[in-house]
Amino acid sequence: MTLDFDVISRSLPYLWKGFVYTVELTAIASVGGLFFGTILALARLSPSKVLSNVAAGYVNLMRSIPLVLVLFWFFFLMPQVLQLVTGGDRPPQIGAERTAIITFIMFEAAYFCEIMRAGIQSIARGQVHSAYALGLTYGQAMRLIILPQAFRNMVPILLTQTIILFQDTSLVYVISATDFTGAASKIAQRDGRLIEMYLFVAVVYFVLCYTLSYAVKLLQKKIAVIR
Amino acid sequence: MKFDLDWGIFFQEIPGGGERYIDLLISGLWWTLGVSAVAWVVAMIVGSVIGTVRTTQSPWLVRAGNAWVELFRNIPLLVQMFLWYFVIPEFIPPLKQWIVKADPAQAQFLLAVLCLGLFTSARVAEQVRAGIQSLPRGQRLAGMAVGLTTTQVYRFVLLPMAFRIVIPPLTSETMNLIKNSSIALTIGLAELTFRSREMGEYTFHFFEAFTAATLVYVVIAMTANRVMAVVERRVAVPGMIVGGKK
Repeated sequence: MTLDFDVISRSLPYLWKGFVYTVELTAIASVGGLFFGTILALARLSPSKVLSNVAAGYVNLMRSIPLVLVLFWFFFLMPQVLQLVTGGDRPPQIGAERTAIITFIMFEAAYFCEIMRAGIQSIARGQVHSAYALGLTYGQAMRLIILPQAFRNMVPILLTQTIILFQDTSLVYVISATDFTGAASKIAQRDGRLIEMYLFVAVVYFVLCYTLSYAVKLLQKKIAVIR
Repeated sequence: MKFDLDWGIFFQEIPGGGERYIDLLISGLWWTLGVSAVAWVVAMIVGSVIGTVRTTQSPWLVRAGNAWVELFRNIPLLVQMFLWYFVIPEFIPPLKQWIVKADPAQAQFLLAVLCLGLFTSARVAEQVRAGIQSLPRGQRLAGMAVGLTTTQVYRFVLLPMAFRIVIPPLTSETMNLIKNSSIALTIGLAELTFRSREMGEYTFHFFEAFTAATLVYVVIAMTANRVMAVVERRVAVPGMIVGGKK
């Protein structure tokens, strides 16, 4: 067995393109997931039974099935659903990369929702009551009183979840999207250099995720709310 | 292709097989449960040892335990799966020789178990460490004061308490393990998700196939939840607030 780490420098531009997609996917999915996760969390905590049950059902469903299966669901069925909606003759081709973005937003929304819910529930009820007593509406109370504090409590957990998301995006491999792992895997198979490529990928992920989670730990110490 | 649903598809025979599609899914379910069960045992044993070691007074043991956890936590599980399947056997010649000769399913099973088991062990170790550290310091000191050795303090004082405290978070790790076992399809293990995609590809009835797989995963999750709720109530330490993750 001879190792040839030259394969990495030769394919660096292609790997970089894959890496950029990984970062894009992580960024879009975390922002999108945060947005829909907040809406889901508000729905779960809303006084309307129907609304909170629908949101809870969605969250529990997403959390009980594997991400790989969710990716398959969207990858194989989204073109058909879009065809039903648009009424075209053929299923529109949206490609693995865009399917992955939509899937991850929908999937992460469920996880972010649970974090948000815990964060909102960690705010003392008295604050909600005081806000109402001052004459604020529900929207104002949420936006001005509850959410700013809840976000501060949640930031470390949200960032940790984003690091997990960064690692999970590698699963787009199963629908053949070319993210960092996908790009490395394609080169590895083309050149028969599985060992060098997968070791390189593992080292890159490890260094990045270790550094990021260390930074989150420092941040956590700094912004902890004193009670 | 439109949504022409046909729920009878599960009972049709696979061309040239003599088996029905539902048999395909059931065999996938057994692989999912089998891999998860063996990996769970590995994760619990290794995770408990590593987690315990991280609470000892020896700085080197603590460092080694921390390194173990960071190593498995900061590399995506998919990449770990590839490392186990494609890379590690190359460095262990006897393992490589066995894989070449063995039934592919056996090799996939063994490597998936190692991958999932050790990955989960890092997460179990984290919970066990947190459980031990959540005990009041006085318990360790009291154990020492009555003349127990370090091993005895762990064996008779700290661990019996800690395990009762960490059972709720371990439930969600068990659920994660069962879900993560689907990643073994990337190395060719024919577990439930693999089989449902295969059935979709044979029949073009993806909707029915994925619905079946989804329902099975939901049932597994709900069953695990119920069982663990009972266990949690049984083992709850009186006077301590149990429940809630982390």
